[in-house]
Amino acid sequence: MRWHVQLCKHPRASVLAQDSARLAAAAGVSTTSTAQRKKVMFPGALNSVYTHKLQFASNVESIPTYQVMDTDGNVLDAANEPQVSREEALYIYRNMHMLNAMDQVLYEAQRQGRISFYMTSFGEEALIGSAAALDSNDLVFGQYREAGVLLHRGFTIEQFMNQCYSNERDLGKGRQMPVHYGTRELNFQTISSPLATQIPQAAGAAYAMRRDGSKQCAVCYFGEGAASEGDFHAGLNMAATLGCPVIFYCRNNGYAISTPSVEQYRGDGIASRGIGYGIDTIRVDGNDIWAVYAATKAARKIAVEHNRPVLIEAMTYRVSHHSTSDDSSAYRSKKEVEDWSKRDNPVSRMRAWLERKGWWTMGDDAEITKSAKAEVLRAFAAAEKLKKPSIGLMFEDVYDELPPVLERERSEIEALVKKYPDYYQVNDFARK
Amino acid sequence: MPLCIALSTLARSRKTIVARLFATRLNIARLDIVRNRRLYSSASMAENDSVEPIRGLDLGVAHSRLLLRTVASVRASEELRLAGVADGETRKMNMCQAINDAMRHALATDETSVVFGEDVAFGGVFRCSVGLADDFGRERIFNTPLTEQGIAGFAIGMATMGHTAIAEIQFADYIFPAFDQIVNEAAKFRYRSGNQFNVGGLTIRTPCAAVGHGGLYHSQSPEAFFAHVPGLKVLMPRSPIQAKGLLLAAIRDRNPTIVFEPKVLYRSTVEQVPIDDFELPLSKAEILKPGSDVTVVGYGSQIYALENAIQMIERDMPGVTCELIDLRTILPYDADTVAASVSKTGRLVVAHEAPRIQGFAAELAAEIQERCFLRLESPIQRVCGLFIPHPLVYERFYMPCAVRTYEAIKNSLNY
Repeated sequence: MRWHVQLCKHPRASVLAQDSARLAAAAGVSTTSTAQRKKVMFPGALNSVYTHKLQFASNVESIPTYQVMDTDGNVLDAANEPQVSREEALYIYRNMHMLNAMDQVLYEAQRQGRISFYMTSFGEEALIGSAAALDSNDLVFGQYREAGVLLHRGFTIEQFMNQCYSNERDLGKGRQMPVHYGTRELNFQTISSPLATQIPQAAGAAYAMRRDGSKQCAVCYFGEGAASEGDFHAGLNMAATLGCPVIFYCRNNGYAISTPSVEQYRGDGIASRGIGYGIDTIRVDGNDIWAVYAATKAARKIAVEHNRPVLIEAMTYRVSHHSTSDDSSAYRSKKEVEDWSKRDNPVSRMRAWLERKGWWTMGDDAEITKSAKAEVLRAFAAAEKLKKPSIGLMFEDVYDELPPVLERERSEIEALVKKYPDYYQVNDFARK
Repeated sequence: MPLCIALSTLARSRKTIVARLFATRLNIARLDIVRNRRLYSSASMAENDSVEPIRGLDLGVAHSRLLLRTVASVRASEELRLAGVADGETRKMNMCQAINDAMRHALATDETSVVFGEDVAFGGVFRCSVGLADDFGRERIFNTPLTEQGIAGFAIGMATMGHTAIAEIQFADYIFPAFDQIVNEAAKFRYRSGNQFNVGGLTIRTPCAAVGHGGLYHSQSPEAFFAHVPGLKVLMPRSPIQAKGLLLAAIRDRNPTIVFEPKVLYRSTVEQVPIDDFELPLSKAEILKPGSDVTVVGYGSQIYALENAIQMIERDMPGVTCELIDLRTILPYDADTVAASVSKTGRLVVAHEAPRIQGFAAELAAEIQERCFLRLESPIQRVCGLFIPHPLVYERFYMPCAVRTYEAIKNSLNY
């Protein structure tokens, strides 16, 4: 009894009550009819009431998908008209084109064997809307298909190219595969290939931000496939229980390599899980850049002002192959992909909106497409000419300081390189 | 007992002539090595040290003489004869196709067997399970959600029901979420229950090792983590025939087994693979090339770097012959074959792609040192990955390549 009283007085109890009501509403259970019923005393479900009907909770109504504009760029509710300046809107739109231009050039470069690997963002360009809604000091934890976020933050085309070419100007010092970008300057944690590992990390970073009182948040991107990993569940649960200002942004693009989302989960997308963890959750049309923008803006407010995690499930479609190592025609029809990119293209939706605003004309596209491609090709040619990082850098950053074992290995390698310079292709590497 | 003490005392001061003479009296074969060593170290080596060691040799698996590319070589294989398939029909297969073929045999002969993992249904990202779903149905060949710990745990659950679970972890680099299930659960299932329960039907296949452009997370060889765990079996095949025979043995073995498949070999190795159902022995190393002066041990794709290193040594040091051993099973491993070889040669070089520190070579070196102390003519050499994460642009330096192995064998011979 005493335990129960204590729990009810807990400052989180009111929040928990709200959560529970939300959960009940989502489960289609009428809260008014059960409100008078006797509450349970079990500490594990504070707001549950007794029922005498043997009933399993299922047939939950699907969480709606928030949309600002239709596929023709019409804002469907005038109240939702994006409050952005012409400059901001055009900056976003140009970056959508730049992302496409970069993807086209680097995809081809991989096909020609000039870089080893690449991943494109075709079909998911509206992700940039989320970056536009953030503060530039919010710390981003990406998965690997978030180049749009980097572009928005000001990662230069040269920096993208240098990373993909693993040259001496790559911030990651040539150690990781292409697209594993990272920049401390722009508050974007370096990508690592294992999936979902970033999710609990983002919760931890957010907790530190809360302790710092910085009024910033962490932003964590991942796919609906990664959400099957244990780390997803650990991360969301920890963020919820510990009150972490973090935005979890799920790019639900329908495929995890070949595995369609229908084989990935049976629940109502990823969003339903957020509710299960007691996290404020919204599902948005992930191809509608203004829906993405508005949802992220609102999510940020909740996270920063209330120290609570938020889950955004952005519904989209992966027009790209998973990566250059993948040929998606082995598991989905080319027609399916073509139909999608015609029916619902985030870039043309944005353009249609811009045209309605009178900020853009169709003819302007040719010019920015051309200039974007020229800029990419310029950076591409420059990056290709640069040497790989110097050989000595191989042993650095394993630890903060070089331990004796690595000193020994470094001298062994140095001796070998001196002995066999041709075998080790030393001229491909920068001198120092 | 006093003799043993005397021997070890002498052996410790092996640099002395007394020790050497004493040792050579014990083993006539060692006389040759001592004589040879003087020969090599004094003259023939030094002048070539500034020259690239490869000098026109055709390197790599494409030129390997270890692969059974002809039907005649299959007919001549003693091990395939013992397996009962040396005279049967063969088909040209790469390692990927051979693994597919092995799984087909397992599926056809055992109704409880299933194949699953991420993207397995459409054929897998490396295409090892191509066509299996069409031929055996989606109930037996299925995609799982993207969760390695889930895959391993699910496989354990099926195996404890007596079913045969052939699970794929898409890359060995991604096996770590499954570590708890494998190490704390699968490996201890039998022991903790007093042999009431077991997961003998569990096999995990996972592609490992470097391919030239995998970087930190598509290149690792994590076999040593698992080779530390009592209750597991760990293998790494080197070729299509080996992969088929060892995988079938692993699937039918009554212990949880992890098969690390060097993904660089999936398409680069091609052999005439016996089409019949056959198994190759687990925990049995294979002497791929006999030799008398130094024993060179490895497994998986590393075997081809070792083959090249030996070619360079035997070219540059006329008269020297190296014995090449493929360990094949890393746990429980065949120390006897290695010890017998080292007792003959007096020298050992062990190589693997994983980093040297706490790597499997350390275990083998310690074991052989215990068993062959008095036979050893030089310190056991380890040629391994560097103690750094597997770096994209520095892979050539990282790798225990033919050149580094060549240097290590020379060090061993010239000690």
